[in-house]
Amino acid sequence: MSIWLTQHLNALRLALRRLGAMPLNTLLSLLSIGVALALPAGGQMLLANALQLAGTTSTAPQISLFMANAADRRAANEIENRLRRYGGVKQVQFMAREDTLARMKSGQGLREVIDALPTNPFPDAFVITAADDRPEAMEGLAAEFRRWPKVEHVQLDSAWVRRLDALLKLGRTAVILLGVLLGAGLIAITFTTIRMQVLTSRAEIEVSQLLGATDGFIRRPFLYFGALLGLGGGVFAWVLVGAAALWLRTPLGDLVRLYDLTLVIQPLGTLDSALLLAFAASLGWLGALLSLRQHLRQP
Amino acid sequence: MIRFDRVSKRYPPGIDALGDLSFEIAERELAVINGHSGAGKSTLLKLIAAMERPTGGAVLVGGQNVGSLTRSSLPYLRRRIGMIFQDQKLLFDRSAFDNVMLPLEIAGFPPREAAQRVRAALDKVGLGQREKAMPIALSGGEQQRLAIARAVVNRPSLLLADEPTAHLDTDTANDVARIFMEFHRVGVTVLIATYANDLFPRARRLRLDHGKLLT
Repeated sequence: MSIWLTQHLNALRLALRRLGAMPLNTLLSLLSIGVALALPAGGQMLLANALQLAGTTSTAPQISLFMANAADRRAANEIENRLRRYGGVKQVQFMAREDTLARMKSGQGLREVIDALPTNPFPDAFVITAADDRPEAMEGLAAEFRRWPKVEHVQLDSAWVRRLDALLKLGRTAVILLGVLLGAGLIAITFTTIRMQVLTSRAEIEVSQLLGATDGFIRRPFLYFGALLGLGGGVFAWVLVGAAALWLRTPLGDLVRLYDLTLVIQPLGTLDSALLLAFAASLGWLGALLSLRQHLRQP
Repeated sequence: MIRFDRVSKRYPPGIDALGDLSFEIAERELAVINGHSGAGKSTLLKLIAAMERPTGGAVLVGGQNVGSLTRSSLPYLRRRIGMIFQDQKLLFDRSAFDNVMLPLEIAGFPPREAAQRVRAALDKVGLGQREKAMPIALSGGEQQRLAIARAVVNRPSLLLADEPTAHLDTDTANDVARIFMEFHRVGVTVLIATYANDLFPRARRLRLDHGKLLT
């Protein structure tokens, strides 16, 4: 076993011993770091799930065009030909009124209502995908279609997708902001904890220096201490977020079902988990490093 | 081994601890610094181990000017010197064995060889049976011998001791003095600051008086 490895193992052992020497302090530090990290980590989890949800629905904004009820199939064919020739249109899907009627009848509870009606209440319709899906272009297309003969109603389906998109962007910014703020909090927590450690290990540090210890040798166990504290807090945050995911699974699933969507909320993915732990450990290490720079040289 | 060349040490605000001190201690020599309390004995030892820096002149250890050492090269000087401090500086949160182990951990010894060396050092000072004891459970003489074991476990070529027999009864002081003589016999350069005059009859004597060397 190399000397380098021995020294690192010794430092790690010493760090663990110091963590174990004051279990209550350690526990409280882990708790505060864990809670601080759980907020951005939880935000990231919700965001990842929301992205998943948005991904399963069609994000390509579409325009729905409804023919007047009185228009016959020939008029619809004309409109279809016009749409297919029209420059800004990428894709056109025709939905015949008979098909719509059949589909609606197969739905629960609607059958009696529809049967009670004297005529087919559904018009012929088109679902149009635009080549250019920016809001202005879409609005322009919709305005143009509205002027066409026998067109009753033109509707932009994209609004909610855009809103969701904007919300997700906002959510991502919020998660990053929280991460930065609470990451700084984590650095502050380890900074003060290490300061306390340096003060209580004052005798050991002094004796080690007199016996020829390098700064690196003295720093090493404290750096491990900080990294372990951060890592432990990260694990704690991970458990918190996982528990929250399980707890939220049923109520959130019920909520999105109201919007005809399905969502089984997932805890943090492998990559996010690894990132969380690495982030926590390196911030703990950094807090320790800053603290040592401040407190080791000037006793 | 050690050369003082017109060394002075002044503490603020203008207290001269040592003034214009020049002497030389040869390799394998056993030397004792005598002097009243406050004569500058401790300061002299601290200058050798670079715990203090001279305000004038040069302190050379093994040909190296220790006053001009950088912070990063200090540890390597100190590993070549075994030091016994006036207040011993034992660590009370760990066993006798672990106290003696510390210098070897610092120097990066392989653990198995280090453990053998620790036992050998403890045996040499007569603490072979007490390796598991905590320092607080040791008597004054045993604590002093533990401090010596820690100073020599690294097999330094130079041993510095600051009042190693203070607070010890005559028999125990003689024991401790005998341990230093043994190290001197096997070729270690030994420099001891002490108030006691008669413990090291065959040692070379340097007398300090108010920071000056009496000849």
